Amino acid sequence: MKTDIILAGVGGQGILTIAAVIGEAALAEGCYMKQAEVHGMSQRGGDVQSHLRISDRPVASDLIPLGSADLIVSLEPMEALRYLPYLKKDGWIVTHSEPFDNISNYPEMEKIRAEYERLPNKVILNVEQIAKDLGAPRSSNVVLLGAASPYIGLPFEQLEKGIRSIFERKGEEVVELNLKALRALSA
Amino acid sequence: MKKQLFLGDEAIAQAAIDAGLSGVYSYPGTPSTEITEFIQHSALAKERGIYSQWCSNEKTAVEAAFGMSYAGKRVLSCMKHVGLNVAADAFMNLALTGINGGMILVTADDPSMHSSQNEQDNRFYGNFAMIPVFEPSNQQEAYDMVYEGFELSEKWGYPILLRITTRMAHSRAGVQTRPLQAQNPVKIEAEARQKYILLPAIARKRFQILLQKQAEFLDASEKSTYNQLFIPEKRSPLGIVACGIAFNYLQENFPAGFENPVLKISQYPLPKKQLLQLTENCEEILVLEDGYPIVEEQLKGYLGVGLKVHGRLDGTLPRAGELTPDNVRKALGLPVVSPYIIPDVVAMRPPALCMGCGHRDVYLALNEVLQEYKDPRVFADIGCYTLGALPPFQAIDSCIDMGASITMARGASEAGVFPSVAVIGDSTFTHSGMTGLLDCVNSRANVLIIISDNETTGMTGGQDSAATGRIEAICRGIGVEPGHLRSVVPLKKNYEEMKVMIREEIDYPGVSVIVPCRECIQTYKRKLKA
Repeated sequence: MKTDIILAGVGGQGILTIAAVIGEAALAEGCYMKQAEVHGMSQRGGDVQSHLRISDRPVASDLIPLGSADLIVSLEPMEALRYLPYLKKDGWIVTHSEPFDNISNYPEMEKIRAEYERLPNKVILNVEQIAKDLGAPRSSNVVLLGAASPYIGLPFEQLEKGIRSIFERKGEEVVELNLKALRALSA
Repeated sequence: MKKQLFLGDEAIAQAAIDAGLSGVYSYPGTPSTEITEFIQHSALAKERGIYSQWCSNEKTAVEAAFGMSYAGKRVLSCMKHVGLNVAADAFMNLALTGINGGMILVTADDPSMHSSQNEQDNRFYGNFAMIPVFEPSNQQEAYDMVYEGFELSEKWGYPILLRITTRMAHSRAGVQTRPLQAQNPVKIEAEARQKYILLPAIARKRFQILLQKQAEFLDASEKSTYNQLFIPEKRSPLGIVACGIAFNYLQENFPAGFENPVLKISQYPLPKKQLLQLTENCEEILVLEDGYPIVEEQLKGYLGVGLKVHGRLDGTLPRAGELTPDNVRKALGLPVVSPYIIPDVVAMRPPALCMGCGHRDVYLALNEVLQEYKDPRVFADIGCYTLGALPPFQAIDSCIDMGASITMARGASEAGVFPSVAVIGDSTFTHSGMTGLLDCVNSRANVLIIISDNETTGMTGGQDSAATGRIEAICRGIGVEPGHLRSVVPLKKNYEEMKVMIREEIDYPGVSVIVPCRECIQTYKRKLKA
């Protein structure tokens, strides 16, 4: 088993939390993993990404080679496209549908949708709305993780345990909310 | 014991705690910050009474660490690559004296300049000071090197430089920890004065001792398990030297094992014996190193005669920027296949000042007032407010190094630039701005200095700033006239007040300091959540 995942978004959206949950799950499953993050300047509203690599054999590079990611999980539709050169031909994109528009030249959504039309394997969802409807408005990143869970290659129970261990210190209520968010779209 | 998921930075921190650390002295800087933060948040470190307060700058940090080592205790000092420039005076000389308690200096270099103004490679400093350098290829090695490093440092009597790069600092992997060791007691050497008073007569002796020590450092490198030579059965004309994290990128491209002779280097000085063995098994060498072509230059020599060496200098690899599995793959002559490209529609998303940030209000007011003048110049500094360079503000003319705003503004004003304005943050001011302010006061320079005070070290994630609440007292102490030392809360409702203040102080022919002070919006939000 080997899954290479690019997590994408804008600084502050919560991609590192998703990364941490998957990381915990991978380690609990006895997998090898490496996960490169972006800290520092870009976290101030710039584009951020994390390379997450899970395997049953030791992982060499901290960075995913071009053209070999199995999955791009993105909290922002344009940001997912930024990492396309990393995606395998038959790789999947799971992305939030609504733009995070903090720049003056954000492209028209029509043009972004047109790019998605050309991609074979994609899941595009308004996770923000789904999280709101669940009564967990701050957990849209976890809803997205749930939607991506079939492509990650880890047992769903391990992701649940990951949620538990990451949110534990915030109390049982937060854990339950996030478990609900994780299960919302886990198919 | 179960493996723990650690960033490279966190692995270093945990190893230091486990190895009997007594103190860490650092100044925040990406990508090194998380080492010290981890120790600050560690319950175990607290229980063991490990000192971990942030210092004013990297020089004061290294010197304080040196003092703790003098007293016999194990100590760590962490900084980003450019931070070692600030600490270089201390660093070069403590390499001459040697140390007592084990001392590890961590330099976190930033090739590709993800969050930095240059990509200098601090292995150079290791060479320069003639002390051993360690460069881990993975998080476990980072842990092990620090865990064993204190003992080695004590055995040799010299500090160790641990060099990591951004990808090692900020990448997580499972790490196996080792048993907790006791801290050293206070124990000062009997002949300490013969070692630590660098009068020329003593310094000359210490330099001879350092020179003699080189053979021992080399021997250690040649025997180090971190340096590994792989010779495949089938002969291949190309030998590969892979330093630090470059070894991972090489491995990534040979999942079934190396087809070339390979020397992995993670401990310096360069292991001569293994390099000679490598050259016996190949005709040409490719050098992979994440940073400057330091090893490549050493192997190639200035004239480039003899053995053929490939790398960043002959274009086999790009001269600038970090290594990746892809540029290493290309250098190996293997195809890089990427089925998709970035669509043209994707726009750049540069970082920006946060909404609600006080620096925004400062720049809006400053920009408006400066429009009234013919050729104003704004010398800025290192921190979040450097983002004032980007639209919509485009408010600054320079950003060079910590503290350079104030000193450049002085020099420019003395050359005739008017208005000459400096913009500096509170933490950068106490790091390296205070001495420059004294220069301004002494020369009665016609400058306006804006100390945009957000009561934290913002860009690196909100670490304590050295003089929160005392910025104005410091300025007064340095000799800024009380009438021209003014403060304001940078909020929309105070725009007019700010503008009047800026105009008046520009028009005052002398040193003026304005301190717009409002807490960083990020640390404020964090407090609300807690």
